[in-house]
Amino acid sequence: MALIRRAGRSLSMLKRSSLFHGKQKKQRQQPIVSPSLPNLTPHLPSSLIRLQINTTYSAIPRGISSCSFRSSYIPNRLLTSEAQPKLPDEGIDDTQFLDFPGVKNTAFTCDLKFVSEKSEEVPCYRVLSELGEPVDGAKLPQMADALALRIYENMITLQVMDYLFYEAQRQGRFSFYMTCSGEEAAIVASAAALSNEDVIFAQYREQGALMWRGFDLQEFAHQCYSNSADYGKGRQMPIHYGSKKHNFVTISSPIATQLSHAVGAAYSLKMDRKDACAVTYFGDGATSEGDFHAAMNFAAVMEAPVLFICRNNGWAISTPITDQYRSDGVATKSRAYGMRSICVDGNDALAVYSAVKSARSMAISESRPILIEVLTYRVSHHSTSDDSTKYRSGEELSHWKVMRDPVVRFRRWLEGNGWWNRQKDTELQSHSRKKIIAAMMNAESMKKPPLSDLFTDVYDSIPTNLKEQESYVREAVAKNPNLYPSDVPL
Amino acid sequence: MAFFARASPSQAIRRLKDQSQFLNRLLCSCGWQNRSIATAVDDAKASVHSSVESGGKKRINLCSAINDALYIALDSDPRSYVFGEDVGFGGVFRCTTGLADTFGKHRVFNTPLCEQGIVGFGIGLAAMGNRAVAEIQFADYIFPAFDQIVNEAAKFRYRSGNLFNCGGLTIRTPYGAVGHGALYHSQSPEAYFCHVPGLKVVIPRSPTQAKGLLLAAIRDPNPVIFFEPKWLYRLSVEDVPEGDYTLPLSQAEVIREGGDITLVGWGAQLAIMEEACVEASKEGISCELIDLRTLLPWDKEIVEASVNKTGRLLVSHEAPITGGFGAEIAASITERCFLRLESPVARVCGLDTPFPLVFEPFYMPTKNKILDAIKASVNF
Ligand SMILES: Cc1ncc(C[n+]2csc(CCOP(=O)(O)OP(=O)(O)O)c2C)c(N)n1
Ligand SMILES: [Mg+2]
Repeated sequence: MALIRRAGRSLSMLKRSSLFHGKQKKQRQQPIVSPSLPNLTPHLPSSLIRLQINTTYSAIPRGISSCSFRSSYIPNRLLTSEAQPKLPDEGIDDTQFLDFPGVKNTAFTCDLKFVSEKSEEVPCYRVLSELGEPVDGAKLPQMADALALRIYENMITLQVMDYLFYEAQRQGRFSFYMTCSGEEAAIVASAAALSNEDVIFAQYREQGALMWRGFDLQEFAHQCYSNSADYGKGRQMPIHYGSKKHNFVTISSPIATQLSHAVGAAYSLKMDRKDACAVTYFGDGATSEGDFHAAMNFAAVMEAPVLFICRNNGWAISTPITDQYRSDGVATKSRAYGMRSICVDGNDALAVYSAVKSARSMAISESRPILIEVLTYRVSHHSTSDDSTKYRSGEELSHWKVMRDPVVRFRRWLEGNGWWNRQKDTELQSHSRKKIIAAMMNAESMKKPPLSDLFTDVYDSIPTNLKEQESYVREAVAKNPNLYPSDVPL
Repeated sequence: MAFFARASPSQAIRRLKDQSQFLNRLLCSCGWQNRSIATAVDDAKASVHSSVESGGKKRINLCSAINDALYIALDSDPRSYVFGEDVGFGGVFRCTTGLADTFGKHRVFNTPLCEQGIVGFGIGLAAMGNRAVAEIQFADYIFPAFDQIVNEAAKFRYRSGNLFNCGGLTIRTPYGAVGHGALYHSQSPEAYFCHVPGLKVVIPRSPTQAKGLLLAAIRDPNPVIFFEPKWLYRLSVEDVPEGDYTLPLSQAEVIREGGDITLVGWGAQLAIMEEACVEASKEGISCELIDLRTLLPWDKEIVEASVNKTGRLLVSHEAPITGGFGAEIAASITERCFLRLESPVARVCGLDTPFPLVFEPFYMPTKNKILDAIKASVNF
């Protein structure tokens, strides 16, 4: 068996290496040509390769003699590059070689036994205690004070922005808002572990990742106020940010659609041999969509360097996870797709940072997708359109808000290191506040995008039907200008 | 309902007065972009076509009327189910409030966040002889279920030679503009589904209509998509019969009689069209307004009869004009009434762009655009 497996692995390496036109990067594994194989060229059609291999079998492994082994066929299981886990020995019937093409690392058994619905336990990785002290035996990631302080400052700015924007929406200054309260560490620390070249496909609650990349407060305000400086030209609802220069693809409201986009983008990064991966953020609710499953499977099959970062905050609007799925969390789902995963305490900024950092380097160097489940809690209402008191208890909320605040936890660690104190905190808060209020006032004073922006970007250029419709609309406005918003320049 | 004689002038004036008073009561300037809104007409006629149980009426909004219908559906048939995202706590629009408490979590429940799952599950449930009332949270999010609706629900009966059907399936979903919904909380996707033989597509205009049509849809032995005008959930209020009643599917209704031009619409747009009719009447143009109510299969006869009377037709909907259901109506009526038409069929619809946030007032088929089109048609 060992011989065949090794031969299979080598073959798959050969096939993959041809993808890189021979200019394979150092980090990627070099093809290993097994000494037992003839000298195959990667250009050979795979059918021919199979044939050649088959004819070179001298020793047929144990059990095979009883099967009819067609010379033109090698079971898929032989063509894998995956590590081969050990099979349990008991009850295993190894008198016959299992050659169904649908599976790889399994064998026959005569035991009538079902696989348990309980997945193997996935532990939750963390390095800081609730009090912000290193957990006994934890290996803390290397994090210089400058980086740690930048993460903290981002989290605070994010909180202040969320607070003020939420209030602005309540006052009717714009139509909608969503905060990421409770999930600051999950979002900011994960973004901090990425490179700016990594392309982000977010859901809608990850404004912190964009802020980390340098999208400034003024840019956030312009988008929410839908003014002429909004990159989306006032077309989408508030919080649907996007920024080309920050490699942050514009948010789309339909849940989970962005996941497979990330896989396609990751495949492109791999083909271009970029030192970058694609990253997609999504919620626990999103894991129920067909698009989640499609993306997970595609990523595994395409061996795409993509990080699936699931913010498992316990709720999808009013739907608790108990109505969402019956697996024990999300990380465990990856196994079924043949994908690595990790479950992280999303309220421990340090743990999130180190998990995402190592996942990123594996994803790129080994060209593989990784699922990262960050366990956290949605402290805010779902959005400004939601009242969460209708479906969750005040005690639950205050527990998370007061006892489990990820920002406080990280601050305690900073304070423990002597990098931060109360006075700095007060200064930072008031500084952020001033900047955000200034940004809001400025955004509010600006005009909306011009009417012509209604018709552009439907296509790369304006087709005749839209040209006609533009004249039609302009005529209607000219007749009754008072019926149309005065802040949209004509 | 075949033909309406021209009303006498005094009758017409009286009716106009009544209606404009009614509209004044209901017209409220609302929302963010000052689009005014009214329910099309107080539905005194409901009883004419329906089997209203004798009983009182209750003043409720469209959301409560839906809730009422669902309550009756669950109460009157133990094999009926109501489900969808966030339905358990009452739904994001509160239409299913209290139902899980009354009928239990096994009959009224949350589903995982998966529209294709919701519809596929509903098809299976219906195929076993149940009434499955599935909610898709916004019509904008119905597309993951498109395959299940178009290839499965719509063809279940035909492909099996009537061995199987999923006629017990009803898909409820809120559609349309609300003033700030932008690309993904505003769409009117009815036309996609009107292209699918085997489906019924129903859109109510008011609380009374919503209750009677939803009960009819739930009890109809075919899969029905029931689009609810979410703009009207709270704004549209009327005296709704309290008991169990249904309104007929595939029957349009003349909700305003007139002699100069026929206007055809459905759902929330009828309120806008009604306002245009009132304005037009001030200029001496008498409009007949038809609520199509069921878009598939639709009541051509009533529209044909009306156009044969007026000689002119205008169709209006929020969805983009190109490929909208207005095109189907225009083509069919042109075919049937070609020699009677005195002007080209007019369409006042949404633009051929995605639904935009700040440009919504420009995008919408507003009262003034409709009024202009009425005048252009009459003066053609
Ligand atoms: C396809 C689709 N269906 C439904 C919705 C409505 N919706 C918006 S957010 C949401 C819940 C998402 O929950 P989750 O993925 O857990 O993200 P969270 O809000 O918790 O961050 C739903 C159902 C949608 N936007 N798209
Ligand atoms: Mg969630």
